[in-house]
This record gives sequence, structure tokens and C-alpha cells, in this order.
Amino acid sequence: MNFIGTIKLVIRTLLARKGRSFLTILGIVIGVAGVIIIIALGAGAQSLVLGQVTKLGTNLLNVQPGKSNEKGPPSQAFGIVVTTLTKEDADALKDQSRVPHASGVMGSVQGSDTVVWQNKDTDVAYQGVQSTYTNIVSLTMEQGRFIDEKEDRGAANVIVIGSQVRDELFGSDINPIGQVVKIKSVPFEVIGVVAKRGSFMFQNQDKQAYIPLSIAQKQLLGINYLQAIIIKVDSTDNVDQTISDVTQVLSERHRIKRAEDEDFTVRNIADAIKIFTTVTDALRLFLIAMASIALLVGGIGILNIMMVTVAERTREIGLRKAVGATNRAVRNQFLFESGFLTLLGGVAGIIIGAVVSYLVALGARFAGLDWAFVISWWSVFLAVGVSIITGVIFGIYPALKASKLNPIDALRYE
Amino acid sequence: MALIKVQNLTKDYVNEDVVTSVLHGVSFSIESGEFVAIMGPSGSGKSTLMHVLSFLDRLTSGTYEFEGRDTGSFDDEYLAELRNERIGFVFQSFNLLARTTVLDNVKLPLIYSKKKDYEILAKKALEAVGLSHRLSYYTNQISGGEKQRVAIARALVNDPAVIFADEPTGNLDSKSGNTVMSILQRLNDEGRTIILVTHETDTAKHAKRIIRIRDGNIVSDEKVKDRTIAAADKELIK
Repeated sequence: MNFIGTIKLVIRTLLARKGRSFLTILGIVIGVAGVIIIIALGAGAQSLVLGQVTKLGTNLLNVQPGKSNEKGPPSQAFGIVVTTLTKEDADALKDQSRVPHASGVMGSVQGSDTVVWQNKDTDVAYQGVQSTYTNIVSLTMEQGRFIDEKEDRGAANVIVIGSQVRDELFGSDINPIGQVVKIKSVPFEVIGVVAKRGSFMFQNQDKQAYIPLSIAQKQLLGINYLQAIIIKVDSTDNVDQTISDVTQVLSERHRIKRAEDEDFTVRNIADAIKIFTTVTDALRLFLIAMASIALLVGGIGILNIMMVTVAERTREIGLRKAVGATNRAVRNQFLFESGFLTLLGGVAGIIIGAVVSYLVALGARFAGLDWAFVISWWSVFLAVGVSIITGVIFGIYPALKASKLNPIDALRYE
Repeated sequence: MALIKVQNLTKDYVNEDVVTSVLHGVSFSIESGEFVAIMGPSGSGKSTLMHVLSFLDRLTSGTYEFEGRDTGSFDDEYLAELRNERIGFVFQSFNLLARTTVLDNVKLPLIYSKKKDYEILAKKALEAVGLSHRLSYYTNQISGGEKQRVAIARALVNDPAVIFADEPTGNLDSKSGNTVMSILQRLNDEGRTIILVTHETDTAKHAKRIIRIRDGNIVSDEKVKDRTIAAADKELIK
């Protein structure tokens, strides 16, 4: 029997058992949909974060307290607080003779709290920054201005708020500039509103507020160390030079002689991207392994059903052989049947996976994230390929079993 | 040249080291155009003989020449081809495909052949058994007699050298059985070789020659003197 004849026969057989065919492929559908969703969401999330990080520019350096492995996550991730990085360190790095390629240096701390104006309040993530912040990150002010050098040095009680904070506290009628808001009973005069920025690194930037570093440290957080020093390098070519300059200055200041004793870590964004990709790749691999188990289980389901089918249709196989079907024709019929079933499952899985990924992307965009809907061709080919191969592999045994039946034994089978 | 020639044919079944001998060396030959009934009580070995003759099973010893060629060296592939092109089967239990139309059932042997005109050949075969009006019926929508006629059309469709009919009337009422026998007789009149397997003398008498088997041996092989001619079904005459 030829190829098209076999396909027609297989389709007719499967259509005659719609319900069972559907249940048979359910495992494959779930497995394939899982693979597609995981790959699509992984790609979407990765492109989102990478896109935002690269938007910052790759010539940013981040000095963090505590020594950490080059490729591992920073030590803060493990809950270790290292207090040796100070505002004086940041000031020392501003010395152009020591760190000539630093075009902006800023110490920073972060916290979150409730900001109150009259009888209204809202939660904010505040960042204690220095006036050099605007040299490092480009901000567009919607109203007023950013913290200036005098306010930075004098630890003035001023605050710059995100547009959403403004909307929630003041609405659209009241001019926020000059109003006094309170965080932990500490009064701050609003001096500026940052234009809408959307989300960045899963943080809603419009719910942020900026206050001078010293006041954040002393009055809000009660600490005297920094959580990070951010340095902008004038050009990407000078990143490596600047890392070694920064390391040298800080080592001298902290009286560190050997590299392994360093109590700080200088990272550049490129490194951060590498770490991020390593982590997400590992996570994705793990999830794909889980989805593969679903595929395997689906394959065993196929094996099981094909065995039942062959047993059930023994007389039919006998008849086919009696009227001239060769062993090969019978084997192909059953092999095609399982292969076609899983192909169907694969296609259904891809469609479901794509729809779910699309809905997630839609939801993410609705939430203000710049989420890309990516279904990569290789994941589609992988899914289709794996599902057909699953069908063929798990179909081989039942198909061979069917083809080797003795015609007269098969015909007499009860 | 005989169509079928067997000499000292034996068939043993081996089941868990127990050897059961079913045929103990039978010899006969059948010419093209004959209508032979192989008759015997159940357990006599008549069905086994038919299975060996029709390439559904292999002999244990002896020789079997089909159309002048020794079949001993034929491989599975070639036997499948012979079953497809040279042999037609009619079974007691019809063995039609469920959930499949009459026409598609008749086409079945053709899809394993090299022929192309499935539709025309299948319709011609159904016309020969008077079922042109049932083409698109499903096999569960027709009567037992009609089912057996579909089976005959299926046996006929590839223009075989010989049709084997294994108790073709066994599951039918006498009227339907008569119709089936009349079709077989007509096909024989048209020159086709028919080998009928039955345990009923009445049925066997429709043939021209009866080979009687008992306990795996041929006990008699003679021409039928008072042959029964089945009354052709009215439906088929018109």
C-alpha cells in the first residue's frame, strides 16, 4: 500500500475513534504545550529584562559591599549585610585623578515605606541618591527639578516623586511642588515629579521616590553604610580600566592587600547580564526537563493504547493479511497511526501553548511591562519533532507485534 | 497443469512441545475451473487443509504446487502477494470491517495491490453479487446474507484464480444461504475455480466434486452425481 493510502486509512481509523484518539494524545498535548509555553515565557522574560538592562547602557559599574564569586549572585542575596562601603568611598571615587574615566559616581541606599500627605497615603520604594544621579540615569522631569548638589550635601528634606505617587497623593488638581509629605514622620518638601517611565526590572518606576542619600541613611534607615555605588564610565572601552581603578581606590581605603580579602565587588552590567542569563537558562532547562517527563508519560500512554488497539484489532489484522497486506503494510499502518496521533497532539499542544503564551504577554503588557511575544521556530520544530518521534518510538513495538501476527492465528483470534 | 497439486501433505501444530498432527499426508490435485467441496466433520482437518492451500498457513511436510510452481520456497512477502492477487476468501463469519462502507470493504484487497481503478473494480464486483444499491451502506446496516455477498464481492474484486469459501452459509438462514450458493455456482459457471469447505452434505452437493476428509486423511474423492442447483435469488435475476 502506498503512502497516501496509508494516511487515508489511518485518518479514517482515528476518526472512527474520536474520543479515544483525543484522550490518547492528551499527554502529548500537555507536554508539548508545556515546552512551548516555557520557552516562550522564558524568551519573553529574558528579552524584557535584557532590553531594560541594555537600555541603561553597558558602561555602568555597580560596586556592592561584600566579596562574591565572579559568576554567582551578590552576597546580599544570601541575607549577609556588609557595612564597610560608605559615602566617603563614593566621594573618593569622584576623584578624577584616581578614577579618570568615571563620568558619574553615586552612592545609593533603598527602602520602602508609606508616604503621607494630609489624610492620604501610598506605598513608595524610595532611593537615597546623590545629585550625580542625573549624570548616570537620564530622567525626564515632568514638574520641578531633581535634587541638586547643595541639597545632596546638606541632607535637605526634599523629595522627588514618581508620576503615579503624585497622582495617588495629589490627584490632578493640586500642584505637588512645595507640598510637604511625610515618610516615617520625617517631613519632605516635594521639589519635582519624574515623568512616566513604566516598569524597570519588575519595579514600577512611577511608584518610586528619590531623596538625598544622607537623610535616607540616617533618618529613614538608620544606617551609615551604602548598599551600592553606581559608576558611569565615559566609554565602554574604558570599563575594564575603571574597574581596576575603582578596585585600587577602595582597596587602599579599606586597607586590603590581597584580592581575595576584598570586602566589595565591582560588577559591570555585561557581567550582570551574563549571570542573569546563566540563571534563567538553568531554570529553563529544568522546566523543559519537567515538560519532557510529561512527554514521556504521554508516550507511554500512546504505547499502552496502541497495544490495546493491536489486541482489539487482531481479527482485522488477520483479514488484512488474508487479502494481501504484507507485514510491512501492517507495520506501517500502526506506526503511522501512532505517529499521526502524536503529530496531532504536537500541533494541538503548539496551538494551546502559543495561545497561553500570547495571553501572558497580553497580560504583562497590560501590567505595563514591555513584554515580547516570542514563539521561536526552533521550539515549534522541536515540539513537532519530539512528538512524532515519541509516537514512532512508542508505536514501534505494537506495530511490529501486529505485523508479525500469523494471518490464520489473527483471523481466529477471539 | 493442475491449478493445485498436493502430495503427501502433512500439517502438525506444535503447542508447548506437544505436537498435534492434523493432516497425515494427503494427495490430490484440482484443475482450473473446478468446483470442489472439501467435506468432513469438525476436527477432521478440512479447515487446516484450506488454510494451507490458501497460503494462510504453511505445511509441515510434503509438496504443494500452485499453478505449477512449488510453494515451499515462497517467502511471507510473496505469499501475501499471492493471497492478494490469486486467492479470494469468503469466511463463515464474513470478516467485514466495522464502521466501514460496503464499497470500502470491497476495495480492501485493491489497496494492497498494484491496481489503480479501485472504484470501478469494486463497483463491478458488487454488481456481480447484486449489491449495487448498497454501496454506501455501513456493514452494520445490512443483513447477514448481504454481508456474505459483500464478502464474495471482496473475494472477487482482484480477479483471483481461486475462491476459497469456508462454511459460507454457516451463519445464514436457508434463503440467504441459497442465494450465496447460487452466486458461487454462477461464478463457477463463468469459469472461476471454487473450493468450498463445509461439514454439511447439502451444502457440499452444490459442488461438482467432493473430497471427504476424516481424521486428517482423505477417505473419498468423487464427482457429485445428483448435484443441487441453488435457486437463483429473484432479486439477482432482474
